[in-house]
Amino acid sequence: MSDSLKQQAEALQNHFGDKIQNLVYQFDEITIDITAADLIEVSTALRDETDFAYEQLMDLCGVDYSQLGQVEWETDKSSSTGFSRGVEATTMGHLTFGDELEAQDAEALRFASVMHLISYSNNHRLRVRVFAENNDFPVVPSVTDIWSSANWYERESFDLFGIMYSDHPDLRRILTDYGFVGHPFRKDFPLIGNVEMRYDPEQKRVIYEPVSIDPRVLVPRVKRDDHRYLDEAGTDEQQEAAE
Amino acid sequence: MPEIKNYTLNFGPQHPAAHGVLRLVLEMDGEVIERADPHVGLLHRATEKLAESKPYNQSIGYMDRLDYVSMMCNEHGYVLAIEKLLQLDVPIRAQYIRVMFDEITRILNHLMWIGTHALDVGAMTMFLYAFREREDLMDMYEAVSGARMHAGYYRPGGVARDLPDSMPQFEANKWRSQKEADRLNENRQSSLLDFIEDFCQRFPKYVDEYETLLTDNRIWKQRTVGIGVVSAERALQLGFTGPMLRGSGVEWDLRKKQPYEVYADMDFDIPVGTSGDSYDRYLVRMEEMRQSNRIIKQCADWLKKNPGIVLSKNHKVTPPRREEMKADMEGLIHHFKLFSEGYCVPEGEVYTAIEHPKGEFGIYLIADGTNKPYRLKIRAPGFAHLSSMNEMAQGHMLADVVAIIGTQDIVFGEIDR
Repeated sequence: MSDSLKQQAEALQNHFGDKIQNLVYQFDEITIDITAADLIEVSTALRDETDFAYEQLMDLCGVDYSQLGQVEWETDKSSSTGFSRGVEATTMGHLTFGDELEAQDAEALRFASVMHLISYSNNHRLRVRVFAENNDFPVVPSVTDIWSSANWYERESFDLFGIMYSDHPDLRRILTDYGFVGHPFRKDFPLIGNVEMRYDPEQKRVIYEPVSIDPRVLVPRVKRDDHRYLDEAGTDEQQEAAE
Repeated sequence: MPEIKNYTLNFGPQHPAAHGVLRLVLEMDGEVIERADPHVGLLHRATEKLAESKPYNQSIGYMDRLDYVSMMCNEHGYVLAIEKLLQLDVPIRAQYIRVMFDEITRILNHLMWIGTHALDVGAMTMFLYAFREREDLMDMYEAVSGARMHAGYYRPGGVARDLPDSMPQFEANKWRSQKEADRLNENRQSSLLDFIEDFCQRFPKYVDEYETLLTDNRIWKQRTVGIGVVSAERALQLGFTGPMLRGSGVEWDLRKKQPYEVYADMDFDIPVGTSGDSYDRYLVRMEEMRQSNRIIKQCADWLKKNPGIVLSKNHKVTPPRREEMKADMEGLIHHFKLFSEGYCVPEGEVYTAIEHPKGEFGIYLIADGTNKPYRLKIRAPGFAHLSSMNEMAQGHMLADVVAIIGTQDIVFGEIDR
């Protein structure tokens, strides 16, 4: 860990104490987890305290954690007929309209809003992650009053993930079409979409219909720990990185 | 009959000055803008979701199509994120090649910007001048990758191939005489690096030409001085980066402050504006072209003297050479696994940022140990810039909106993603 980042991590711990639920230092980047209730207070301090001075909100985005670590093809069973095929229609790549994903851990929090802050005076970056308490109706406070640039980023996150930002001045959809239904970046939204659009010469207008294409996965999502991922000492690099 | 005072005007999405597919809903009081509400997303292709469904390497091509006038810089941000997760070392020659092509891309982007911006404001000639030089730069792209625009040249671990020793030649045909072809081939007789050096010799004079046309031009100044003024404080609040931020007087450039690749060894200056208006941003970008030219020259000199490998030897991530694949079982397996399934990236999340011609281009990548990204977020500079449209356009005339779109250097590929 570089010295200035170490100091920054310590300063964060000292200043916020229990408000930081988790502090991760990985790849020379600091990530802190805070609760939605503390977000406004912590953000204001992060901007105004000279130790932190995060003047700019570089980025804000939603993340759907519901399928983290799920794979589409597990090759633990090999037989005389070869490996199993990655065709089970239960994973996100195979979804079509009306399908439901395999039941996930209902307890685990699903949606998070992730902010990337930058301090120009201290030349630091910080990642702040806030999980929404309720998976069915995720709500996170808006930071628009603290950093104006959050306005459109929160609209985008609302549009794509359905995370509601309370006290946002203008929470409209931004990237999807007028009248779009659903939140496309959620993991249970099919990659092929739900509806397709064409011009109907008989009705003389544009009509929407359910998608006619079949979903397919060219390369299944897999997780490998074969010997390609062993380093020279024979230990598993992935395991090490995870630790 | 009551007098109608405010009215709403639809600008775009099919307006030539909308730089693509911007729909602006303008609330006007006479000819003065009361409120501007940009509607974006007409070019939304869900690049981030598509990337979640593909092995890491297969998304490089999508990166070109984000900001489609600075293709290689987008790729650079993406491959840096993968390299950071894999803790992969990049050969030094590849780093120089990347820096050189980043700067070629910066000139390419700024030329497109000055051409269209000037065209919107009424200076037709600039467009023709800028495209004359863009042709040479795109030939460099073509020589190295085979494609004039969507190169797909950067790879995790380096670049796809080394710089070529010869340049493609023009041939005479029924539209182009032999004499004309010979003239075009004159500076293409030897390697790509010679062609680049020749360009670096010529380019400062071209920038002088552009400046002769615009810098002291009365109409240009009337259209840009005092238009779209943003103070340094507001620029930070609004998420401005790159020339938009530097035009407002904040001295910040990732190439200097958080250097990546070999930028720390490069000798160049960062231009900074003072008043934060469109004219200052114009001056900043013009100077950036000159500075980019300096960097390209330094890289070309270094690359001439130092041959070497351009792609990491870690065949877990990069393909082995063709002959290795033919002769060696291990090479064959690596090749097959790499192109069928890709490689698994260890769990973790990273944010990498590069100084893109338009500002800070960031990639936030969450990996869950599989061969595909779990979540990819592209932080596009133009998105934050366009979100300030309301603030920048308020109180200006309708014609100034066009100048503000121009000065923001909007490209919809990156904003809508």
